[in-house]
Amino acid sequence: MDKTYNNKAWLLVIPVFLLVALSAIIPIMTVVNYSVQDTFGGNKFFWVGTEWFTDVLRSERFHDALGRNLLFSFIILCIEIPLGILIALSMPKKGIWVPICLVLMALPLLIPWNVVGTIWQIFGRADIGLLGHTMAALGIDYNYSSNVFDAWATIIIMDVWHWTSLVVLLCYAGLVSIPEAYYQAARIDGASKWSVFRYIQLPKMQGVLIIAFLLRFMDSFMIYTEPFVLTGGGPGNSTTFLSIDLVKQAIGQFDLGPAAAMSLVYQLIVLLVCYVFFTVMSNVGTDKPEVEE
Amino acid sequence: MAQITLDKLAHSYLPNPKTDHDFALKELDYAWDDGGAYALLGPSGCGKTTLLNIISGLLVPSNGQILFDGKDVTNLQPEQRNIAQVFQFPVIYDTMTVRQNLEFPLKNRKVPNDEISKRVSEMIDILDLSEKADRKARGLTADEKQKISLGRGLVRYDVNAILFDEPLTVIDPHMKWQLRTKLKDLHRQFGHTMIYVTHDQTEALTFADKVVVMYEGEVVQIGTPEELFDEPKHTFVGYFIGSPGMNILPAEVSGNQAKLGNHTVTLKGAYPDLAGKIELGIRPEFLTLTNSESGIPAQINGVEDIGRFKIVRASIEGVELNVVLNEGENIPAEPKLIFDSTRINIYQDDHLVRSLENEKGI
Repeated sequence: MDKTYNNKAWLLVIPVFLLVALSAIIPIMTVVNYSVQDTFGGNKFFWVGTEWFTDVLRSERFHDALGRNLLFSFIILCIEIPLGILIALSMPKKGIWVPICLVLMALPLLIPWNVVGTIWQIFGRADIGLLGHTMAALGIDYNYSSNVFDAWATIIIMDVWHWTSLVVLLCYAGLVSIPEAYYQAARIDGASKWSVFRYIQLPKMQGVLIIAFLLRFMDSFMIYTEPFVLTGGGPGNSTTFLSIDLVKQAIGQFDLGPAAAMSLVYQLIVLLVCYVFFTVMSNVGTDKPEVEE
Repeated sequence: MAQITLDKLAHSYLPNPKTDHDFALKELDYAWDDGGAYALLGPSGCGKTTLLNIISGLLVPSNGQILFDGKDVTNLQPEQRNIAQVFQFPVIYDTMTVRQNLEFPLKNRKVPNDEISKRVSEMIDILDLSEKADRKARGLTADEKQKISLGRGLVRYDVNAILFDEPLTVIDPHMKWQLRTKLKDLHRQFGHTMIYVTHDQTEALTFADKVVVMYEGEVVQIGTPEELFDEPKHTFVGYFIGSPGMNILPAEVSGNQAKLGNHTVTLKGAYPDLAGKIELGIRPEFLTLTNSESGIPAQINGVEDIGRFKIVRASIEGVELNVVLNEGENIPAEPKLIFDSTRINIYQDDHLVRSLENEKGI
């Protein structure tokens, strides 16, 4: 086999390399650089090794924020994925209602994060907001700025309202791509509605569900704007998620070193969780896990 | 197992069909014998899948009735009709193993467990899938998957009929032949009524005892492969069956003579006076090229050697026709065409006309 090696091909990779360098590698290396140094100002830095990482991993503040993040993402996924599947299943498959439903579904996705936050912030106020006012009129004590449960409920509902559509659209795309013959074969085999869902629709949606899962996990794990706009992380620290804490440390207190260490740990957690999700979910239903007997 | 009767069956996809043209399937009366192997043959869009879906119950016909053993099932759902269908693309349940796939239709019908495992194990052996029985079905090849979808029908011993909708489309050519042989074996073994939709004449002619040829929503001929070859009832059947298809030449017929332009051909018998579009049909296999005095002078336009025989593209006074020459036969220098009189069919407006003697015989 005479393969021609032509090193000129590397030239073609340069543009991509430059782009990735500017957009990812250089910024990340800057953060890495900060995370292993300390400064007393005046642009003078000195080496501290892994000290900041040890600090971050031991800090209670970090543990609390991480716990909140995990809990939030968990709740969000538990609501949005099943709800999204359910809505996608009940959407029409043909006719005039298809485009109407799709547009309605896409609407929340077009609204920027901070606008969503502002909408709900005003919506929930007892003095001028429709929701807050109605709740007060019904005698329900609802106040997101003083009650932890109310604050969480508001953020969760906000996120569900904003992002369930994404899951719906992805699932819908998966559903409409199932050939009619599958449903016909299922009818001939006498399958129940549940069996059709369990053995045809769900397996065929696996690919898009993985994407929906990953997107929703990453996005919800990085939640920042909504709690920031709603309560700024309060009441107390109850909605201070990692991102909010990070911004407080980096820009509020200007502790570059600890903030850099924290953001690297944060990123590694996201990568790790995504990797685990992806591996587990892509192997569901294949032979792989069962081979090891 | 059952006899399937189509009673004045017709179907249109339009809400208010008016003319004949609006019907995807034109009115049809036919009884499919219990245990027969049938093929529905026709080009794409001729209505064969429509007919199949009506039989399976996936589609409710707009006119007429369908009866299983004399019982009206027109409005019954597919699951109530007890039929099996194999689709163009293999339909399997990805997340289940081969065994679970075969168990599925029985479980849904609440068959007792020991009965299920007995039948499924048997079926796995019959389909030669024993090595892969406990593998997930998604990793199998197309022909294995198609066997599973067939097996899901066969495990139900009592199915009224097994319907095939172009089941070999996605199968590799060398596997097609094997799978087809398997189908014939299974037919012999179980004796189910089988209806096989295809646009491939080889598949239809090798699989079926009786072939139903469809053209533009109409059944143009139902017959054994031999009948379709020897006496196509419609010019379409003539072209469609055979490779190359029948030569159809414009002609004038009087008595036992047919005139092709300035030349005359003798027919096997006398015909009544015919009006309309009259054509003479003869298969390329029954034409000979000679050097002799008699015969019609032909012009040779080209020769295709396809191994066992040669196809000669010839023309008589500008009308093109094909002649089949056996390997080794040569094309004469001044070729004359000889028609085998006993093999000539006459068509009036595309439909076969019999000679007077033949008519009396029937």
